[in-house]
Amino acid sequence: MSTDIQTPRSGRNSSGKIAPQYRRGTGSKGNFEMFAWLFMRLSGVVLVVLIFGHLFVNLMVGEGIHGIDFGFVAGKWADPFWQFWDLAMLWLAMLHGTNGVRTIINDYAEKDATRFWLKVVLYAATVVIVVLGTLVIFTFNPCPVANGVQLPGGFCPAP
Amino acid sequence: MPTKPAGTLYRGREGMWSWVGHRITGVVIFFFLLVHVLDTSLVRVSPEAYTAVIGAYKNPLMALGETGLVAAIVFHAFNGLRVIAIDFWKKGAKYQRQMLWTVLVLWLVVFGAFAIRHLSLALGGH
Repeated sequence: MSTDIQTPRSGRNSSGKIAPQYRRGTGSKGNFEMFAWLFMRLSGVVLVVLIFGHLFVNLMVGEGIHGIDFGFVAGKWADPFWQFWDLAMLWLAMLHGTNGVRTIINDYAEKDATRFWLKVVLYAATVVIVVLGTLVIFTFNPCPVANGVQLPGGFCPAP
Repeated sequence: MPTKPAGTLYRGREGMWSWVGHRITGVVIFFFLLVHVLDTSLVRVSPEAYTAVIGAYKNPLMALGETGLVAAIVFHAFNGLRVIAIDFWKKGAKYQRQMLWTVLVLWLVVFGAFAIRHLSLALGGH
């Protein structure tokens, strides 16, 4: 079966350009949307590997979810390999998810002000989560100390 | 009430429903991701705080939630690869429907294996 799908004619003038009243914004966004589209596909492929690996190692191997506690995290982040794995997963997943939600806001929020404020909230949440997660990965201490006292449950070198 | 346009290639068919599924699973995963970074961040508060909150993930009701989350992730992952194939493979658009059924079969196998293993660990003998 072969069907020709016509370009939509509504809102277009005789030369095929979108009529001004149907245009959103000034149209001077450069290639941003193309890069966003490409990023979704590239990060998506990488995320399939990172997240499937994350789920397999954390939930399928050994005693699965029962094995997860502070010591489990300390054991993983003692290895730069897992630090980098988790960092890449954090950044790629947050940017991929943020761009996805941005698309959904653009699709469903019709008022300019609504779209603007929803995206302000979205980007603020993204910055907080990415910065927080990055700091946690790099400042993690397996032997935390509060007021000079080692906190219980930590992994401290023998005195 | 507008009547359904005749002869639509898209509305109400596999292409539309996979798109709807992709959106819904994407939003669910995104909100879980926000929470998951916050709960993991408790390792910087104290070992006990982290272990206590992670303990909440180990109750049977949460195990069902985790299984649902992984169902969403596995669908989003495989359907995302299908979207990439539609965009970059010359015959992608032609075979999009067959690829969706492939996605659903792979989803059933991978998610089924995960669910059996995770639920038997989470609900059994601890």
